[in-house]
Amino acid sequence: MATPLSSRLPQPGWRAVLLGVAGLYFMAPLIATGVFSLWDGGNRYNFSAYAQLLGTPEFWQSLFLSARLALLTVLLSLLLLVPTVYWVQLRAPRLRPVLEFIAVLPFMVPAIALVEGLSALYTGPAWLVGTPDFLVVAYVILALPYTYRVLDVGMRTLDIRTLGEAAQSLGATWPTVMLRAILPNLAGALVGATLLTLAIVMGEFTFANILLFNTFAVYINYVGQSSGSQAAALSLLSFLMTWLAMLGIFLIGRRGQVQLGGAR
Amino acid sequence: MMGDGVESSVPAAPAWLTRPRLVDRGMRWVQWLLVGGFFAYSIAFLLLPSVAVLVGAFRGEHGLTLRYVRLLFTPRYLVAFRNSIELSAVTTVIGGVCGLSIAYLALSPRSPGWLRVAVISFSGVAANFAGVPLAFAFVSTLGTMGLLTLWLKHFGIDLYGGGFSLFTLFGLAVTYLYFQIPLMVIIISPAVRGLRREWREAAKNLGATSWQYWRYVGFPILLPALLAAMVLLFGNAFAAYATPYALTSGNIALVPLEIGNVLSGNVMSAPQLGQALALGMILVMAATMGAYVLLQRYTARWRRH
Repeated sequence: MATPLSSRLPQPGWRAVLLGVAGLYFMAPLIATGVFSLWDGGNRYNFSAYAQLLGTPEFWQSLFLSARLALLTVLLSLLLLVPTVYWVQLRAPRLRPVLEFIAVLPFMVPAIALVEGLSALYTGPAWLVGTPDFLVVAYVILALPYTYRVLDVGMRTLDIRTLGEAAQSLGATWPTVMLRAILPNLAGALVGATLLTLAIVMGEFTFANILLFNTFAVYINYVGQSSGSQAAALSLLSFLMTWLAMLGIFLIGRRGQVQLGGAR
Repeated sequence: MMGDGVESSVPAAPAWLTRPRLVDRGMRWVQWLLVGGFFAYSIAFLLLPSVAVLVGAFRGEHGLTLRYVRLLFTPRYLVAFRNSIELSAVTTVIGGVCGLSIAYLALSPRSPGWLRVAVISFSGVAANFAGVPLAFAFVSTLGTMGLLTLWLKHFGIDLYGGGFSLFTLFGLAVTYLYFQIPLMVIIISPAVRGLRREWREAAKNLGATSWQYWRYVGFPILLPALLAAMVLLFGNAFAAYATPYALTSGNIALVPLEIGNVLSGNVMSAPQLGQALALGMILVMAATMGAYVLLQRYTARWRRH
């Protein structure tokens, strides 16, 4: 009596319609941004917004500042997390819940609440708090849940215990184990964590805006107050950078393991 | 050839590596320093700031006070909390349903391989494309001078005349979905992949209708992943600051924006008010996580029956 199952399944036509609507929703803003970035008033369309940006020192300054902060964040994150994740997995699995809790905490404490706490707690010294480098301190925390996840999964699939013991039984010392057995095999996870952190920091706005540092995202917002076309061009550039970072993660393998993060 | 390479590379190790004990002890020390450094870092820049928010919210000029926490219950901030929670809940539910449908349709065996790759990889990009650039992308599309707005006007559909505005809660919801839906696709994909085709065929062979399959097989299997995804989506929207700030210049009542206004001195108020608001946010997130843990336990029992 019941309708055959097959006729109730979404038919190819349905699938196409639903995915098509979703595709339109996701493509429209990108296309509109692209068109808007080329608009030069009236009916004129050209690359003048891009040309003007390239000639603006503030554009380069903010871009370089964000790139420098991103690199510092990557270095500090990896320096702090790689030994910790390795050590907890190998020597102190009992501490794992603690690590998991720390890694989930930045999610419970929204970025804006963390700014509130950080700025209430640390008012000096000026050589740290007064420079943009202070943002790195916060960005390491922002990236922590994602960096931790990538490294944790990377080391678990690697079975570092066997690898480390095999290397040690062949006479390798601790630094040799780390530098010549573990790290080369972790390359995928390390690159993944790096690209993800880059994507997060290049787009981060909350901390920089509150603490008044002129990073790339703050500059985009500032440009948006005066020039729509330039803001659109910068937004597209930002999308392109995210896309490149994600493409990198996608290419280094681990199919379907798309990573997430980002500055909301 | 390969063997040669390995053998010759071992004696070539630097001399400091051949004194194992000393070096090992030194490296242990470095390792301890780094591991200890990580925990110290987390305490200093994550735990202590959270505690500072907690304590600061209750700190008056003369000892403890409930003055600032009480301010949270004044109409202005109640509206902000209500707006934030509503916006997050609505985009969580819509984003969740859309994301699950897209993941299910794209990952079903009938979909061509390129579609699967395209949907998953684009989701990775879109979920990370948020904040200021996303706000401007939507201004270019649906703002008063946006491409789609003008285009629809050309065809006689006046969005802004009809009461739509990108700079309202509704407009924010439309914008948030741009990162909420892909986030859902990413989180739920592994669970959707876990739905075996054989289970569906087995249910069908036993005479189950499509609804029965979903009610007794598909949905219970997906449920834990769905719950976790919902918490993530909610927190994601609830904490959003950059997107609403860039869209409305901070002129819409949302908790993150109110905290930002206090912090940047846009409103005349004591810093403790910002800390009270931040405390409120942390409590809402804690309640969400708590509800998640309870639901997970409850459904785990239900799934066993």
